[in-house]
Amino acid sequence: MRELRIHGRGGQGSVTAAELIAYAAFEGGAFSQAFPAFGVERRGAPVQAFVRFSDEKVRLRSQVYEPDYIIVQDPTLIGDVDVFNGMKAGGIAIINTEKPDFDSHVPEGVKVYTIDATTIALEELGVPITNTTLMGAFAAATGEIKLEPLEHALRRRFSGSMADKNVRAAERAYNQIGGAA
Amino acid sequence: MLEFMEGSHAVAEIVKRCRPQVIAAYPITPQTHIVEDLAQMVANCEIDAEYITVESEFSALSACLGASAAGSRVYSATTSQGLALMFEVCFNAAGMRQPIVMTIANRSLGAPLSIWNDQQDSISLRDSGWLQFYAEDNQETADLHMIAYKVCEDHDVLLPAFVCFDGFILTHTFEPVALPTQEEVDAYLPAFNPYQRLDAENPLSFGMYATPEYYTEFRYEVDRAQYRAKEAFIKAGREFGEQFGRDYSAPVEGYRLEDADTALVAMGSICGTAKDAIDEMREHGRKIGLLKIRTYRPFPAQEIADALKGVSTVAVLDKNISLGSGGAVGTEVKAALYGSGISVYDYIIALGGRDVRKRDIAAVVDLAEKGEGDMFYGLRTEVL
Repeated sequence: MRELRIHGRGGQGSVTAAELIAYAAFEGGAFSQAFPAFGVERRGAPVQAFVRFSDEKVRLRSQVYEPDYIIVQDPTLIGDVDVFNGMKAGGIAIINTEKPDFDSHVPEGVKVYTIDATTIALEELGVPITNTTLMGAFAAATGEIKLEPLEHALRRRFSGSMADKNVRAAERAYNQIGGAA
Repeated sequence: MLEFMEGSHAVAEIVKRCRPQVIAAYPITPQTHIVEDLAQMVANCEIDAEYITVESEFSALSACLGASAAGSRVYSATTSQGLALMFEVCFNAAGMRQPIVMTIANRSLGAPLSIWNDQQDSISLRDSGWLQFYAEDNQETADLHMIAYKVCEDHDVLLPAFVCFDGFILTHTFEPVALPTQEEVDAYLPAFNPYQRLDAENPLSFGMYATPEYYTEFRYEVDRAQYRAKEAFIKAGREFGEQFGRDYSAPVEGYRLEDADTALVAMGSICGTAKDAIDEMREHGRKIGLLKIRTYRPFPAQEIADALKGVSTVAVLDKNISLGSGGAVGTEVKAALYGSGISVYDYIIALGGRDVRKRDIAAVVDLAEKGEGDMFYGLRTEVL
């Protein structure tokens, strides 16, 4: 079983990202589970959401403390929140930042991919909502989900031109990270 | 076929297929997506039901009670303070023998105010006469609704039931669930056939006043119906297994108990985490098992005693507290095992949404095997 922890701020769509990533994994044949860190919803407050990927039924119900993967939606979280806390050696971190040389202690053995998802989201969607862009980056960096089921997940959630825009944003990130991975 | 969905949505989908004729709910916090989804289904004519929005939970269950007495299959869902506000109607519904099915998204009760999960809400209504079924995952939650209607409406039972699943931990979790088709549900669950109902042509009175000469016998009848509900549950669970391949006929279910020295006893989603913890402990040669209680009411005392016959130590995980006494489940498990010589310890755990990890389960087992128990687990002594 592999585990993902998504760090974001309330309103950035971290819970939706968890749901759609888990849906894409399910469509790809995995037994997946997605859930938020339950709390009082407040826009702008640090939030977490989680995904588990397994070949078997997932029974575990605790939050994710030792993730294989993390996604950090908001660079301003680094420093406020120990986003790398508990990460497994060999883990993969996908961080939204325009500064690839962001200032933080990365644990030994963790591979970091940075991507300027905010710029991609602004260009493709017209709003700085980075969750769908980062899903594309996650797919390319980890191989845990494929692009096609991810597109299905996005088109299941969004319709019309909004779906097209989100798919384009995810694809751009996928290709950008795919080149780097 | 497995579909990927949120727990609350899975419940709404299965309730729709159970064809309730009246749904009443108070759609405000604390609530779940269940009644939101059902309201939408009714508005979209996907379900032929009267949806009554009311001004309080008290009214929601009162509307269900009246509709049930009039001969309708009814449904509601609530949680936490909402259930607390239904307290009076709960006792009336059981006493009037109305087969109402209500989902409880288990959450803690204030004060202090908490929106998070434990099982204090439904446990606090253990003496109301409602049947109480607890689910480990969203598949079991969905399935237990079909079984609940079948058991409640059995003319040997005629009692209302809570189908309990852990708030947030299951209600808000997305995972694969297999939902039967409408035809499959219809084949399992026949249309509601009321034993008696309000009928102007054939007048009956419900909820009459009973003098001391009669009150005890009414209560006795409800108590007997609880015991008959166990047989009805076993039968309905077996029929479910035959049709759908998932067998819920056991009021209690063992996991790796065969050669266990120490057994955990628990209800609800914590059983999943406990199973993973047990697998890890077993890899280290520890003989640990789990007994999951599926039907808290009727309480399966004999089944518990039979299932735990071979163990020397029992650790009960209680997501509730009967203040001034101990955990409600632990107290009853001790009574069930009285005279067996088995050491039974109770642990108050996971109140108000405190997360439980595999290592917490292992720590409880360590405490029990050292003979330390009947305590709050994981108390933060630094804030006391």
